[in-house]
Amino acid sequence: MFGIFDVYLLEAVINGILLGGVFALLALGLNLVFGVIDVVWICYAELIMLGMYGMYFLYVAYHVPFVLAALISIAGVGALGGLLHVLVIQPLLGTAPINQLLATGGVLFFLQSAATVMFGIDFRNLGIRLPVLELSGMYISYARLLAFAAALIGMVALYLFLARSYTGAAIRAVAQDRQIMPLMGVDTRRIYITTSLIAGGLAGLAACLLVLQYDVQPFVGLTFAPITFLICVLGGLGDMIGGFVAAFLFAEIISVAGLYLDLEWGYVFAFGFFVVLMFFRPQGLLARRR
Amino acid sequence: MLQLTSVDAGYSGFQALFDVSLEVRAGEAVAVIGPNGAGKTTLMRVISGLIRPTRGTILLEGADLLRTPAHRILELGIAHVPENRRLFARMTVEDNLRMGAFIPSARVKFRERLASVYELFPRLRERRRQAAGTLSGGEQQMCAIGRAMMSEPKLLLLDEPSAGLAPVIVQQVFGLVERLRASGLTVLIVEQNVRQVLHVVDRAYLLEAGTVRSSGTADELLRSDTINQAYLGI
Repeated sequence: MFGIFDVYLLEAVINGILLGGVFALLALGLNLVFGVIDVVWICYAELIMLGMYGMYFLYVAYHVPFVLAALISIAGVGALGGLLHVLVIQPLLGTAPINQLLATGGVLFFLQSAATVMFGIDFRNLGIRLPVLELSGMYISYARLLAFAAALIGMVALYLFLARSYTGAAIRAVAQDRQIMPLMGVDTRRIYITTSLIAGGLAGLAACLLVLQYDVQPFVGLTFAPITFLICVLGGLGDMIGGFVAAFLFAEIISVAGLYLDLEWGYVFAFGFFVVLMFFRPQGLLARRR
Repeated sequence: MLQLTSVDAGYSGFQALFDVSLEVRAGEAVAVIGPNGAGKTTLMRVISGLIRPTRGTILLEGADLLRTPAHRILELGIAHVPENRRLFARMTVEDNLRMGAFIPSARVKFRERLASVYELFPRLRERRRQAAGTLSGGEQQMCAIGRAMMSEPKLLLLDEPSAGLAPVIVQQVFGLVERLRASGLTVLIVEQNVRQVLHVVDRAYLLEAGTVRSSGTADELLRSDTINQAYLGI
């Protein structure tokens, strides 16, 4: 039924969806922190880098089983997120927003340099080669499928937490009106820390999934950071649903344009699309809805 | 129950309250009236801990509120319905009420409290899945009061509950204040609707330019020349 051309297109679309799931996960943590604390973690991708190193050392050097190593890494990067908030953001909360931006920018270079000193600049990987599935003429990477599924589970878990729990409701409420939170009996400081722990945990989850597809090195964050930030901005900073839509849009552009030209051209189109959209929707894709 | 003594308070670079002393006894309804900018909202914020006074003391049943972190004051029994209601507009009515029951002592009684708030405001039950921002002004005020009632407070602070509402709805709000009182709740209410509020409270304080200009029972104030000339237009 499908011509050979259609199969390739379908494969690209499916790969785009799989990639979109991971992009959406990447954007989610950053959006959560921005929406709730009103702070941009410029060093977000460096947390992912540390998580990838965590996975590497646990799995390769200490022979911890993959799933256990993943849980430890998620918890570890979550703790780093909390630490980042307490040590860097909290002392600067009352000051100009640019200070917080610059401080997390400083943390970015600090983490990159520290990783270089500690781990060297070697490219490392887990040595896991997951098979490629063949499905009626299409090739789908197992690693991407796994990443998509895990990202989806992570996002659904976060959604349920935000929708059903008291702390989740408080996190959503802080994003709308932080001044009156004491009147609800809510300690905003604790909500900020919880939010940072979750955002760090999301970065940790992303790290466990990306380490299956990318080698780890101190500057690997540079591979993910631009796309993550652009997705957040395109979706509307702090707008989690907008970020979700933008992630899939971006992934499809990259994947489908990469089919007709090269993968690099996919990125050229995606970023070109971003710049053009900034003229029409500077507040984010879904901004008019609000 | 609540006792403010010689309270000075303000914002950076500007003082809003000067030497304010005020008392609310258990079971009473007390109004604070006065013109715009008299410091009425600041007074409410000082009581619920959103602003800290620069001088003076505030006691609730003997407990020192100034030594209590703002987010713990609700647990002591003071619920504050802020000016302009300040609902979480993008959250549902029921999620707003859930936020009102955030403190542990309220959480365990959530179902029970929710049922009693819905009994007080049947309209809120109908709209429970609707975003709070889509409610009418009167419904929003019900939701804001309902949210404060979720924690089963001893003292309810109402900041301009009638602001921005149609006259018919304003009547309902004042009727509600009487019902809340009848249920044994102590109420401190800030209002610009001087005549109507004086008919539902026991006592009132007149605040002008951050100081208590006069005070007395509602009847005394209704008969006083100052009030009549300045606020009732007689």
